[in-house]
Parts: sequence; C-alpha cells; structure tokens
Amino acid sequence: MADIAHTSKGDECEVVLHCPPELKKIPLVNHDRSFAWITENVASICEEKTRRYWWIAFLLFTPIALLVPTLLSYQVANGVGVWGENQPFGWAWDITNFVFWIGIGHAGTLISAILFLTRQKWRTSINRAAEAMTLFAVMCAALYPGFHVGRFWKAWYLFPIPNHMALWQNYRSPLLWDVFAVSTYFTVSVLFWYVGLIPDLATLRDRAKSKIKQWGYGLAALGWRGGNRHWQHYEMAYLILAGLSTPLVLSVHSIVSFDFATSVIPGWHTTIFPPYFVAGAIFGGFAMVLTLMLPARLFYPQLDDMITRNHVDKMAKIILLTGSIVGYAYLMELFVALVYAGNFYEYNAFYNRATGWYNWHYITMMTCNVIIPQLFWSKRIRHNYIWVFVICQFVNAGMWFERFVIIGTTLAQDFLPSSWGHYTPSWVEVFTFIGTFGMFISLFLLFMRFLPMITIFEVKAVKPEADPHHEPDHSHGEKAAHPKEAAAH
Amino acid sequence: MPQIFPRGANFVPLKIILVLAVLGMAAPAAMWYYWTPKYTKVGYQPAQPVPFSHKIHAGQLGLDCRYCHSFAENAAHSNIPTAQVCMNCHSQVQKDNPKLAPLREAWATGKPVEWVQIHKTPDHAYFNHSVHINRGVSCVSCHGRVDQMDVVSQEQSLSMDWCLTCHRAPETALRPLDKVTDLGWHAKPQGKESIEQAQLNLGQKLKDQRGINPPVSNCAGCHR
Repeated sequence: MADIAHTSKGDECEVVLHCPPELKKIPLVNHDRSFAWITENVASICEEKTRRYWWIAFLLFTPIALLVPTLLSYQVANGVGVWGENQPFGWAWDITNFVFWIGIGHAGTLISAILFLTRQKWRTSINRAAEAMTLFAVMCAALYPGFHVGRFWKAWYLFPIPNHMALWQNYRSPLLWDVFAVSTYFTVSVLFWYVGLIPDLATLRDRAKSKIKQWGYGLAALGWRGGNRHWQHYEMAYLILAGLSTPLVLSVHSIVSFDFATSVIPGWHTTIFPPYFVAGAIFGGFAMVLTLMLPARLFYPQLDDMITRNHVDKMAKIILLTGSIVGYAYLMELFVALVYAGNFYEYNAFYNRATGWYNWHYITMMTCNVIIPQLFWSKRIRHNYIWVFVICQFVNAGMWFERFVIIGTTLAQDFLPSSWGHYTPSWVEVFTFIGTFGMFISLFLLFMRFLPMITIFEVKAVKPEADPHHEPDHSHGEKAAHPKEAAAH
Repeated sequence: MPQIFPRGANFVPLKIILVLAVLGMAAPAAMWYYWTPKYTKVGYQPAQPVPFSHKIHAGQLGLDCRYCHSFAENAAHSNIPTAQVCMNCHSQVQKDNPKLAPLREAWATGKPVEWVQIHKTPDHAYFNHSVHINRGVSCVSCHGRVDQMDVVSQEQSLSMDWCLTCHRAPETALRPLDKVTDLGWHAKPQGKESIEQAQLNLGQKLKDQRGINPPVSNCAGCHR
C-alpha cells in the first residue's frame, strides 16, 4: 500500500500519515509447494530404501547406546558405589544428568502445547520432531533417579502403592512431587505425540505397499478414516491435551528446582529457582531441537522448504530471549548473595562458586549460556546454519555445566569447612552419560526412519490455500479450509 | 482402497480391553499369592520332629512360658529349649513313650532335635524379645493362644505394617508385668466399660507410667 493522506475536516490542520508499504508475510512453506508435494516428500522419508548415511549414523550411535544397559547392569550388580558419589557429594553427575535431560524435553512441550494454544503457526513443521525429542530426553532422564536409588528393584517405593510394610511416601518431600511431575509429564507427552500422529499414520498406511507396513501403520492408526466425526474428536482431544500440557511446561521444571530450593543448603535455598529453571529448560531444549533438526535438514534436503530459515530464526530468537533470562537470573543470584542478603553462608556459597575449586565450571557456564548466545542478536548469524549449530552446542554444554555448578559446587563447600569435599566422576558415570547420548540419538534416528518427521496435515493447514478467505491474492482457488480437506489431497 | 484388516478386527479393541481387565485382576492376585514374604504366612503349621503339645504343657499343666523359653525375658533372642530342659521331667515322666524317641536320641548323642522354626522376622528387622516382655507386652500379642494349640501355628502376619499398628498404639497391648505370660488374662472392665475400653485405659496408664515410646517414624529403631 502506498502513502495515505488523511484529512480531518473538523480541524484546521491537516494530518498526513506516511505508512510504509505493507510487509509481505514470510511464507511458512517455501516455494509454494502443493499439498501433494508435502505428503510425498515427508512420507517418502519413511518409505524409501534406507539411506547409507542413516546406517552409518545408526551403527555409530547404537553401540554407544548399548553402554547404558551394560553399565547400569554393572551398577546394579556391584552397587551404587561404582558411581563416584560419596559424602558430601550425595548428588553429583547422576542428578546433574537427570536435570539436564529432563530440561531438554521442555522445548518439545512448549512447541507442541503453548505455541499451539497461542496459534503460532510456525510450530507445525517442527512440533512432531520436538515432541519425539521430549520423549527420548525424558527416557534418558528417568534412568537416573531410578538407578540412583541403588537397589533398582526397590524403585517402586517411589510410588504410593499400598504394601505390607505400611511404607508410605512423604508428601512433604519435593522428591516425591518430582516423581509425580515427571511421570505425568511423560504420560501426557506420549499421549499428545501419539494422538497427533494418528492422521499421518493413516496416510502412511494408505500409501504403504507391503503387507507388513500396511498392518503396522494400520494398527497404529487405530482405524482412522478421516471422516468428519474423526476430525472433530481429534481436534477436541488435541486441544484438551494441549491444555493439559501447558501447565506442565512450567510445573515440571519448577518442581525439579524444588528438589534444591526447598532444602536449606546455601546456594540451593533461593526463591528464584523455579522461573530460572524453567527458562533454562526451554533455553537448553531449543538448542537441542536445533541440534537435531539442522543435521536432519542436511540429510533430507526436501525438508528445507518446510523447516525454513524463518523457523530457525525464530528458534534462535527464543534461545536469545531465554538465554538472557537465564543470564539475568545468574546475575540476580550473585547480587542477592554477594550484595543484598548479607547472609554469610550464602555469600560464601556464591563466592566459592565463582572463584572456588569448581570455578572453571562456573566460567564455562557463564560463557556458554550468557555471553555466546548474545551473538543471536545478529540476523546474519541467525541465518547461518553453521553458526546456529555451533552456538547451540555451546548452549547444550553450558546447560549441563549450569546443573553441575548448582549441584556440585554447592555440595562441595557448604557450612563447615571440615565437611567440604572434592568429587571426581567414576568411569562408570562418565560412560553411562555418554551412553545416554547414544540412546537419545539412536531413538531419534529410528523415529526419523519409521515415522513422519513432520506433521503432514498440519503443515498443509498453514498453507495459504488452506484458508481461502484470507488475503485473496495469495489463495489458489483450492478450497481447503480445514486440515481434514488438506489431508485428503 | 482395499480393506487391510479382516472384519473381525473391529472386535480386537474390545477383546484387548477384556484381556487387560482379566490380567488386571489376575496380576494383583498372583502377586498377593506368590510374592507375599514367607514370614507373613499366617496359619503356617509345619510338622515337628516330636509332636509336642503346647496345649498340654502350657495349658493343662500350667507351665510358665519362661520355664522352657528361658532367654525371652533376658535376651533379644528367645530360645527353643534344649533336650536337657525336656529331660528335666521326661527322664521320669513318659520315659518310654516312642514319640519321644528323637528327644532321647538327642539327649544321648548331644545332637539337638531339629525343631522347625515358625515365627520369623527378616534379617534386616531387629526384634528384641526382652524389651517387649519387660515393658509388659504379652507373648499372646504376637504368638496367639499357644496354650490352646496342640500344634503351634503362626497367628499374626509379623509384617512391618502389623508391627507398626502396635508401635503406633502400644496401649492396646500393655499389661501388668506379672501377667505377661498369662495368656488368658484380660483387663478388668470398671463399671459398664467394655474389655477393649478397659485395656485402653489401663494401657494408657501403663504407657505413661513406663514412658513407653516405641520407634514409629525412626527407621533405625528396628532397621539398625
């Protein structure tokens, strides 16, 4: 639109507004791809012959994943002592890794639930993969508290099951809230992910050539035919699950932070923890989403048109925002402890954190989480995939260090110098952690191979022609106001 | 599009629900039956090498429990009597009874009679007989009316839950110290009150008097 001259007759003066030309919407699907193209190019990833580099990646990461069952068996057989924890380090790498993995899941839930309820259409092409990532991350996380109890077969004590010992949970303990938070989180995430998959599983079933695939996808699709009633139920279920997941984005990591915040240890006992943990979780989670999505785009170039520069740009902005919140929290923590509170132990905890035995962890954390993500202020960097990928790796590392700084440095030097102590992870711990990465990536590779990585019907629904009443010059005349009709193509 | 699944597939979800429902009921039953700890077997009544009758000895003859189980009031562990204790009487009484042959053999050879233990607590639970008896918890609270049993069987579950029931309300079991081995004794009701009420009143009084405060939420009280 050109400049508009507006004259108000009642007044003496003349007001002239100079409007800039209307900005064009950045399309969510590049090259104006058709519905058929979208179906074909997403579904073909599961249908084509397995590519060689998939095999290479899979054979590289599965042996690493096997470290997990091997070393956990070793731990069960020999006792929890094979991990390096000992007084004063009751918690170290195990809980660090738990918080690290559980935090990663939050990006998936944020994308799938909050961005859905706020109608952020750009979520459609990344939500499926991000939710899968959530599930795999929570699986990796859940291993740690389960095996940290030492006698794994007694892990059912965590749940309130009536028993002959009259053994009951302490409902005042945040560790119990954690059990409920994480198990609810996993259940709702699985349901959300699976419900969203059903229409696409039906698409794959209908396209499948072999009997086995027809049966496999057919069983999973639960008899989906795409009728009106199916879509109505689907949309209702999806909305309810989105509503259930939304508080979980905020609650799960808040409760994880209570594990520390409700204790009386200086360095843990702070009210800033819940919001700061949640921001950190989303921060680290988006970095992991990009860590997985950028290589996936490299392997399957057709995804380029659906996971566009625009998507990467938006995720980078979220990383910048949440990273800055986290940075603010770090500085506020320091301010409160060193300047404001006047509590001797609090002062020492933070002074030691920044300058004590583990100060190189602290410096790494500050650098990776606060300083390096500031590069995302630059559009050129946000649009350069290599830069984005590299910065995300710093964030991934930084978030791990953050958790170790919180857990480790606090326990190392608390009230009495006589009970201070050093900690070194044992080889079992180190390789179990490496193994969880293998497990995480192997599971993601399997997901890429067997399930549609992108929500086919939702991406169609954000195409301009799915909404023919808006912006008439963009619509194609194809009538498809609803994903239902979009999916039929 | 051709049909992938046969018509019968429509009933598969229903069948799955049915199977799950049956399994859902069978699983707790199986766990209850097979995985209940062995020491909680109420009614466990093994055959003993000598058919010793508590009914005759403790009931009819009125022997005090502590004549044979002599450690009970002094030690953590309560003993099964040695052949020596039996022979105190049986060297004179019933000395040719063939049922007592294993006893006489044990007496002659010094190799004890292999009685089968009935009441067991797990290794990780520390139970002290003398503490309970000296504070006025009767034998009958845990072992039942042994003086009426021909063959002894387990009467209480001895589970942790069961222990805690009493630890949380010791007034239900406390009695005067001289009545500890009097298995038929019960508190005397005053006026119109019931036996239970009389026990609670007496128990509360004894509890306060003796300062009884059994471990309830302190795990290390029993799991040392």
